[in-house]
Amino acid sequence: MSPTDYDPKEVATLQPEVLDQTVADAVAAFEAAADLDALSAVHTAHLGGKSPIALARRELGGLPPQARADAGRRVNAALTAIQDAYDRRRGELETTRDEQVLRQESVDVSLPWDRLPRGARHPITLVQERVADIFTAMGWEIAEGPEAEAEWLNFDALNTPEHHPSREEQDTLWLDPPSAGVVLRTQTSPVQMRALLERGAPCYVAVPGRTYRNDAIDATHLPVFTQVEGLAVDVGLTMGDLRGTLDLFARAMFGEDVRTRLRPHHFPFTEPSAEVDLLCWVCHGESAQSGAEPCRTCSSEGWIEWGGCGMVHPVVLASAGVDPDAYTGFAFGMGLERSLMQRHGLTEIRDLIEGDVRVSLSLGREV
Amino acid sequence: MRVPLSWLRDHVALPESSPTALANRLTEAGLKVEHVEETGGDIDGVVVARVVEVEELQGLKKPIRWVTLDDGTDRRHVICGATNFAAGDVIAYARPPAMLPGGFQINKRRAYDHESDGMICSARELGLGEDHSGILVLPEDLPLGTDVVEAMSLRDAVLDIETTPDRGYTLSLRGIARELAIAYGVDYDDPGVAAVPSYDAPGYDVVIDDPSGCSRYVARLIRGVDPSRPSPQWLQRRLTLAGMRSISLTVDLTNHVMLDLGQPLHAFDQTTLQGPIVVRRAQMDERIRTLDDVNRSLDPSDLLITDGSGPIAIAGVMGGATTEISGSTRDIVLESAHFEPVSIAYTARRHRLPSEASRRFERGVDSALSPVAAQAAVDLLVQLGGAEPANAGTDVDRRRPSITIRIDVAHPGRLAGVDYAPDRVRARLEDVGCSVTGDAELTVTPPSWRPDLQRSVDLVEEVVRLEGYDLLPVTVPRAPAGRGLTPLQRMRRTIGRALAHSGHVEVVTFPFVGAGITEQLMLDATDGRRPAVRVANPISDEEPFLRPTLLPGLLNAVARNAGRGMPDLALFESGPVFRPATNELPAPGRLPVGVRPSDEQLRALEATIPVQPTHLAVAYAGMREPDGWWGKGRPAVWGDAIECARLIGRAIGVEVDVAPDQHAPWHPGRCAVLRVQGRLAGHAGELHPRVIEAFDLPPRTCAMELRLDELFVAVAGDAQAPPISAFPPATFDLALVVARDIPAADVAAAVRTGAGPLLEELRLFDVYTGAQVGEERKSLAFSLRLRASDHTLTAEEVAAVREAALEVAADRCGAVLRGS
Repeated sequence: MSPTDYDPKEVATLQPEVLDQTVADAVAAFEAAADLDALSAVHTAHLGGKSPIALARRELGGLPPQARADAGRRVNAALTAIQDAYDRRRGELETTRDEQVLRQESVDVSLPWDRLPRGARHPITLVQERVADIFTAMGWEIAEGPEAEAEWLNFDALNTPEHHPSREEQDTLWLDPPSAGVVLRTQTSPVQMRALLERGAPCYVAVPGRTYRNDAIDATHLPVFTQVEGLAVDVGLTMGDLRGTLDLFARAMFGEDVRTRLRPHHFPFTEPSAEVDLLCWVCHGESAQSGAEPCRTCSSEGWIEWGGCGMVHPVVLASAGVDPDAYTGFAFGMGLERSLMQRHGLTEIRDLIEGDVRVSLSLGREV
Repeated sequence: MRVPLSWLRDHVALPESSPTALANRLTEAGLKVEHVEETGGDIDGVVVARVVEVEELQGLKKPIRWVTLDDGTDRRHVICGATNFAAGDVIAYARPPAMLPGGFQINKRRAYDHESDGMICSARELGLGEDHSGILVLPEDLPLGTDVVEAMSLRDAVLDIETTPDRGYTLSLRGIARELAIAYGVDYDDPGVAAVPSYDAPGYDVVIDDPSGCSRYVARLIRGVDPSRPSPQWLQRRLTLAGMRSISLTVDLTNHVMLDLGQPLHAFDQTTLQGPIVVRRAQMDERIRTLDDVNRSLDPSDLLITDGSGPIAIAGVMGGATTEISGSTRDIVLESAHFEPVSIAYTARRHRLPSEASRRFERGVDSALSPVAAQAAVDLLVQLGGAEPANAGTDVDRRRPSITIRIDVAHPGRLAGVDYAPDRVRARLEDVGCSVTGDAELTVTPPSWRPDLQRSVDLVEEVVRLEGYDLLPVTVPRAPAGRGLTPLQRMRRTIGRALAHSGHVEVVTFPFVGAGITEQLMLDATDGRRPAVRVANPISDEEPFLRPTLLPGLLNAVARNAGRGMPDLALFESGPVFRPATNELPAPGRLPVGVRPSDEQLRALEATIPVQPTHLAVAYAGMREPDGWWGKGRPAVWGDAIECARLIGRAIGVEVDVAPDQHAPWHPGRCAVLRVQGRLAGHAGELHPRVIEAFDLPPRTCAMELRLDELFVAVAGDAQAPPISAFPPATFDLALVVARDIPAADVAAAVRTGAGPLLEELRLFDVYTGAQVGEERKSLAFSLRLRASDHTLTAEEVAAVREAALEVAADRCGAVLRGS
């Protein structure tokens, strides 16, 4: 070993004991820093360009190669230890700071934030859309027609005799002058006629819409109300098809366990005709037994009148230009307000047409 | 129709089922039983007793008796206010603790200084009739102490049956009994086809002058009726249970026959008749005083029963006063006739005289029944009224021959979807009374009591309903693949949802308005929204018109909600408005039935109905955003109403253009006209203060009304995606000073035009008026974002756009750069 090529002076800063002390000093200083600002202040003293460890690194260059490797390892280990100590402390202090800031920024999340007012659609609109969805899913189409309607379409073409009491002023609202033959449609059935006249057979349409009767307003009657009408005309349709369609519709509207019943009845525009009842979905008919708990939904009758239906009368088909020998059809119609009342426990039908926002806001949900 | 079960059992041997079970069978057959009323079950502790002694109490304002009774075991004493009984009479005694119908408990009580041990009952108190003039005197042979309910067979059930307009025969015990006999498969001996002994003398001269209104008239002469005889208790009770009042023996008996067989009868006092009975239509200016003592003027289409004196009855509807039977009538001419339904229906309605008779004739009475029913009444008058037995009768019969219907025996099964055996089809048709011949094709003659059976489908219904609707299969037809909702239907849904989700509440109101809306809405003489489509028989005389605009209904809903303590409102309603029919084609007249009208006829028909475009209206009142712990909210203003139209437009991809306008009922300085592709689509803004006052609305109420049909016309196909460029944008602001009355929208449009295709977004972010920009001028500050699709914009390009925008704005709107 030739001492002349190298700095012969023993460099104290590279001594292991000294390096250990440097590390110990740095760690102690970092640990002592109470916050990030204090840590930042001691960072320079222990990791800055003029810190003991930096000076030690610089001294490495003056060592002979055989000594340099040894000392280099020692210095690097010391540096890593100091850096780790710094990073750890910094991490701790940052966490502390963050916790403090987030704690300070906490709010009362139960406070209201209803700055945008609530909106809602009307339950009558929604139930019509629901009906439309049920029938479009079956492949039917949704037809519409005018509310002020020609007498011919509302009555004559539907095989209503000229003297039929339903045409009278105590039942039907007539536009002035009555001789013009325009009524406020008493049913959505004229749209059946329109659909058949337009489309011909086969024809599968459902018609939700507003209808009118000359009725006084009471808790369960309105002179203006909503109906849905269904019409299917095709080759070979049967009353079984009518029954199956009504079953499907009833289950989609009122739940899977609802049952229907057809009862013979009379309508001018269908033959055979029937009324369709629903087994009360609340008491399942049990309230009709004597001594049973009364049921509000069905007035303890067990069955709820739902609507009218039947096989389309041949005269109606012929009036629409459909050959009654080649085609048969079925039709049904029911009011929607009563169903709504029964479903939602409404006791005043008037509430549905007075425009009170509480009705829409509470019942206008779309699920 | 109220039907006592005990009466039904007289006609048909019914099983001992509960009344409810019987009712269900009828309902299944199409005779809906509305409810079952059980009688007698609500009477308890009322026994047969004999009056032993009667003491009149003195010194009272009204007669009061202290009565001693023998109830078979004890002597009892009661106070009684009735006077129609004497010692020895048998009466119904409510012995405490007793219960009378309606839940009336009878206990001992003190009255007139006596301890009254119960009471003596009237017919009404027992639910036996209307009679409350005195107490009910019972037959003398009833054993004392027995329960009155048992002794008088008061336990019964009344079925209240809804009858349909096509089946008149169900308005009789006879018809209902037939249905029950079919339902239970038991024999039925129809009293309506009973043989009538031949007449040995004329009843009364009858001339049918109008066979189109009257096809049969039987007149029976009955002499020697004893007018003093009362209706027996069983008759009164039956009528009461059936919902009719007991009047006199003769009237009660004719009513009994009507309820039993379905044939309305009318009794004339023979001594008041002058000359032959003539059935004819009324003449001009003819009048009649009817039984209800109303003097009625007759219409030439009214069918009348007349004699030498003129009209003596409105046929099938109501008798006349001059020939009415009285308390001294002994000789009667009994009418049992068949009148045509349509004529009776019109007359009954014209005179507002719905009667038990007209109800039956309107629905069709069995034309073979006239002599049978007359005979039944004669027999009862002989038996109960003391009339002389005689067979004096006249039967003028102008009936048309009965029809026959051909039906394929497979038709019922084909329509029902059930495979009925041919024998079942025949048997069912015979059940309802048809005579049937043939095999594969049946020739069917419906019975005289079923005039509603006219076509093969009518027979199908009989077979299917009697076989049972519950036997129908449950099948679902396979509709051809559908196309879902139409674009118009989808558009309306989208709009409804967009509004609800942006804080608007949908309402539904009646479409009726009064003439007053013209003034309320300040509509001028030429305004198309003046009410014009009128209801001839409106629900309310105050609101006889159909709405020509949605605003009145909506504004009333605003006022109602505000009045109910909900002042912050954003309401919307959608629906048709009504404008007069175009009548652009000559009216088509009465179109045919059973054959398709021509397209021309249908077009002409369409031109007769009002024009009914679909509108949508929105109204705002109070705060659009509420005050809260966060600070002040924001009141609803004109801008909300206009922005709502834009919101709707955005939801459906239609550009709504806004320009200032003056249009009722809006504030002339805060009203916008809404246009779509240049066509008028509506108006929006703040309402005129006088309109707000007229509808009693919160101050500054705002509204918008939109023609949805016009919007729909502008709905294009699928939107085209813009080029999505990743090159950096260039943004700059442009503050332009214009005259104060230049609409900002015009300036924005000019800037947009000038800026050209590089403009990606334009936004007005500030409006300033004040000294700095000069009198009657305003500064509009826009921010513009430019972007090219294929390169980064250069400073020169941006400057050129800025110049061009300024130039067009200067050109069109006289704009100058602010600060220049």
